[in-house]
Amino acid sequence: MTELHLPWLEISVLIPLISAIWVERQRDPDAARKWCLVFSSLTLASTLAAWADFLSLSVFQAHDRWDLMHELIGRDVLVIDELSAPLLPLAAGLYLLTAIATLRTKIRRFSFAWTLVSEAIVLATFSCKEPWGVIALLAAGTIPPFIELRARGKPTGVYVWHMATFVVLLVLGWAAIEAEGRQRLHSFWAVAPLLAAVFIRCGIVPFHCWMADLFERATFGTALLFASPIVGAYAAVRLVLPISPDSVLRTLGLISLVTAFYAAGMALVQREARRFFCYLFLSNSALVLVGLETATPIGLTGALCVWLSVALALSGFGLTLRALESRHGRLSLTTFHGLYDHTPALAVCFMLTGLASVGFPGTFGFIGTEMLIDGAVQAYPYVGIAVVVVTALNGIAIVQAYFRLFTGTRHASSVSLAICFRERFAVLALAAFILAGGLYPQPGVASRHHAAMEILRERESKLAEMQRERGREGEIESVLVEAPSRVLPLPPSPTHSLAPSPPLSLTQPIVH
Amino acid sequence: MFDYDTLSHALGLTVVVMPLLLLSVLGLPSLLGRPLSERATSRMVQASVCIALAAACGVLALMLSYGTRQVVIELGHWVSVPHFHFVVEFEFDRLSVPFVMLTLTLCGTIGAFATRYLHREPGYNRFFVLFALFMAGMVVTSLAGTIEALFAGWELVGISSALLVAFFQERPAPVRNGLRVWSVYRVSDAALLIAAILLHHLTGEGDFSKLMGSGPWPDGHAVLTEGQAIGVGLLLLVAAAGKSALVPFSGWLPRAMEGPTPSSAVFYGALSVHLGAFLLLRVSPILELSWVLSAAVVALGVVTATLATLACRAQTDIKSSLSFASLAQVGIIFAEIGFGLHYIALAHIIGHACLRTLQFLRAPSLLQDYRTLENAIGDRLPRLPGLGGRLIPAGGASVWIYRLAMERGYLDAMLDRFVAKPLVRLFRAFDRLEHKWTDLLSGGHRREPDPALSSTDRLDDIP
Repeated sequence: MTELHLPWLEISVLIPLISAIWVERQRDPDAARKWCLVFSSLTLASTLAAWADFLSLSVFQAHDRWDLMHELIGRDVLVIDELSAPLLPLAAGLYLLTAIATLRTKIRRFSFAWTLVSEAIVLATFSCKEPWGVIALLAAGTIPPFIELRARGKPTGVYVWHMATFVVLLVLGWAAIEAEGRQRLHSFWAVAPLLAAVFIRCGIVPFHCWMADLFERATFGTALLFASPIVGAYAAVRLVLPISPDSVLRTLGLISLVTAFYAAGMALVQREARRFFCYLFLSNSALVLVGLETATPIGLTGALCVWLSVALALSGFGLTLRALESRHGRLSLTTFHGLYDHTPALAVCFMLTGLASVGFPGTFGFIGTEMLIDGAVQAYPYVGIAVVVVTALNGIAIVQAYFRLFTGTRHASSVSLAICFRERFAVLALAAFILAGGLYPQPGVASRHHAAMEILRERESKLAEMQRERGREGEIESVLVEAPSRVLPLPPSPTHSLAPSPPLSLTQPIVH
Repeated sequence: MFDYDTLSHALGLTVVVMPLLLLSVLGLPSLLGRPLSERATSRMVQASVCIALAAACGVLALMLSYGTRQVVIELGHWVSVPHFHFVVEFEFDRLSVPFVMLTLTLCGTIGAFATRYLHREPGYNRFFVLFALFMAGMVVTSLAGTIEALFAGWELVGISSALLVAFFQERPAPVRNGLRVWSVYRVSDAALLIAAILLHHLTGEGDFSKLMGSGPWPDGHAVLTEGQAIGVGLLLLVAAAGKSALVPFSGWLPRAMEGPTPSSAVFYGALSVHLGAFLLLRVSPILELSWVLSAAVVALGVVTATLATLACRAQTDIKSSLSFASLAQVGIIFAEIGFGLHYIALAHIIGHACLRTLQFLRAPSLLQDYRTLENAIGDRLPRLPGLGGRLIPAGGASVWIYRLAMERGYLDAMLDRFVAKPLVRLFRAFDRLEHKWTDLLSGGHRREPDPALSSTDRLDDIP
């Protein structure tokens, strides 16, 4: 495998991991926050360097030079590829922005040390392709929020039940896969435990209640960072997508679609801002899974684009809510708050990030949402229509929340609620990403398209392997295969704004 | 010297770029917390509108001089990957040029009016940022050469409209009405997006010039079968009905009068209320493929015009009355489109837009005008019974009709009762179930209680 010029991946993981010890030793919370900012910035720089280095190599995947894990265990544990390359700086950026936007009112409650540990785990997860490595890191990632809940004296029952089940299903599921033999498409029942684990982690109905509970009980920052990188989708791409038959993908897609619609409706009726945000997030992250299920170039590219845009936009949305909470306490959505006059910048950021999350024109999510819907329509027309309905409901929920929080009355305050320089920096940075990505989306879309084609090639090779294996056993089997042009690149059609969708082939017998 | 193509492309690009430039010039300083002064804002608006309008007139002059009916400006692929291309294309033809000139003229007029009307208003800067967003959306929609570009402009118009309805945001009523407007717009946007995606799926095309055949508007021929046309056409009709406040979405139009008079004039009297009609004119070759579709358009227009005519006579404030009068005309325009009278519909839109803009702008001064007239003649102004008063018999029927008109056709109540409330009840039931489930899992520990419902919550809170 090609090597990066420097061990950027290990650096990206080790910086937050080691610095967490240093930050934990700081007695002054303000000093802890400042050190956290320094180390998060270094981590972000390292992940950006990894991405730039990877791009300069023009390969599908690469690993670190002087790879310590390779020396220790003989395998490339940390690997960067087309899929994970932008996810690393995205995750690092989210952690940095969260630390930047943490006000003094929250620094005693928000653990910067455990945030750095969590960041290290997330970055390691995104850098890992080995299934057992991904599973171990996903399991490790559930620990920091649990520690925080215990430290705050909050009930942990809901969280523990769900996360314990998640870990057990992951382990059992992959053990079952390995028992069946890894290099083949597996039956529905073999993949079911893995699928259930992904459902839990992604908050798919009916396994989603833990997320609303986490947002209510943990600090907003911790819950936001646990949810927003959408690590569950990464698990789906690495563990489920390469080995699942079409029936499993259809199940994943259908249940995700139900979740997206359900969560959109729930977001409309919530009376409390955190729960509203949680359901909005669940709805949008479920749409990512819907796109992944289509397993078509357009749908998968759209899903990967929406993954990035939702992670970025909803993180900004969440940080805006968090900034409001810092000033106002827990926010109710049953009354008008009238905060616009005091915090117009936050109002604009709220609206911008909220609309970006539903793919509003001019924002980063527009093209991704278009592609996701188009891919869904190509696969199953009613799915595409349902996705459009979900985005419409989410749009209504966002504007409803905006009106509740920022308008409707005059808010009287004896202290200034204006945003500080750090928050304005975070707001402007997010706005810049969202608008720049919206006005010039080509690089991002092209990058996600490469990643999508790579994922589909990997899946296609597994299909071919299965056919060879079945052929060796002398069976005649009907496999639902798609017309080759659905997976492999279609010839470009310069005069059309969209290449016509090739017909799906029906089941056809494969005789050897 | 410049040749025809270069000059027409340059002028056409100027028409598109100026509103977008205005939006960035006004929006970016606001985002940075350094909004422009009133004078600078006013000058920016005037300059951009004048330059864009002059460029539009230049394009028209060139088209008339050279006898061309269509100028297409293709800016290339905004996004291009092997399976997906997003082409940015603008089209100047007999539909878009008059409409964009109307847009720019009325926006310029309203902009000049608003600089004085909103002088020293705390939301002055906010108004003009949203106004610039609206104008950019209208220009993009008018000149869109692909259905995706039309959708993008459509959405920009929608969000700016909703936020301007809620302009006086320190009161709850404008905000509630703004949310209602936004909710209807989202339904309309969803219908348009589904129609756009289906058109791609069925034909592989998004360019209007290819979707509607090789002839310039209105002489194209859509590349769909009749069945396909009915499906796509009905979705487009829903989109148009939502945007133009046709039945059953008419309830949002009088609610939109909560906004400042300049926005009421330009949005709901003149421009955005005609956007639905513009959409149907743009896709008129699809309507012509099916008599069922055309009949649906005519029926919807006639029903809306009838209801609006009754409602406007029973309203108690001038702006609501004008809004329904406007709606009545929009209904007639839809009927004209359904009958295939494209040029008549376009002329009707232009004339009606200009008249309504004048009436809306004069509305705040109406009572003053009446008093001046009555002082001059020394008596009350005579009020003659209208045609409706002579046609509708006195008695129970007239009372029922009056109530129907007064309640604006009970459309809002029906939407609330049969659509919004059942959804809200269902999801609140799910919410209660989830609370019980998490209480069970957490061993009966109570969460921080949800805040009690405010006593001021009313039906209007439901989107």
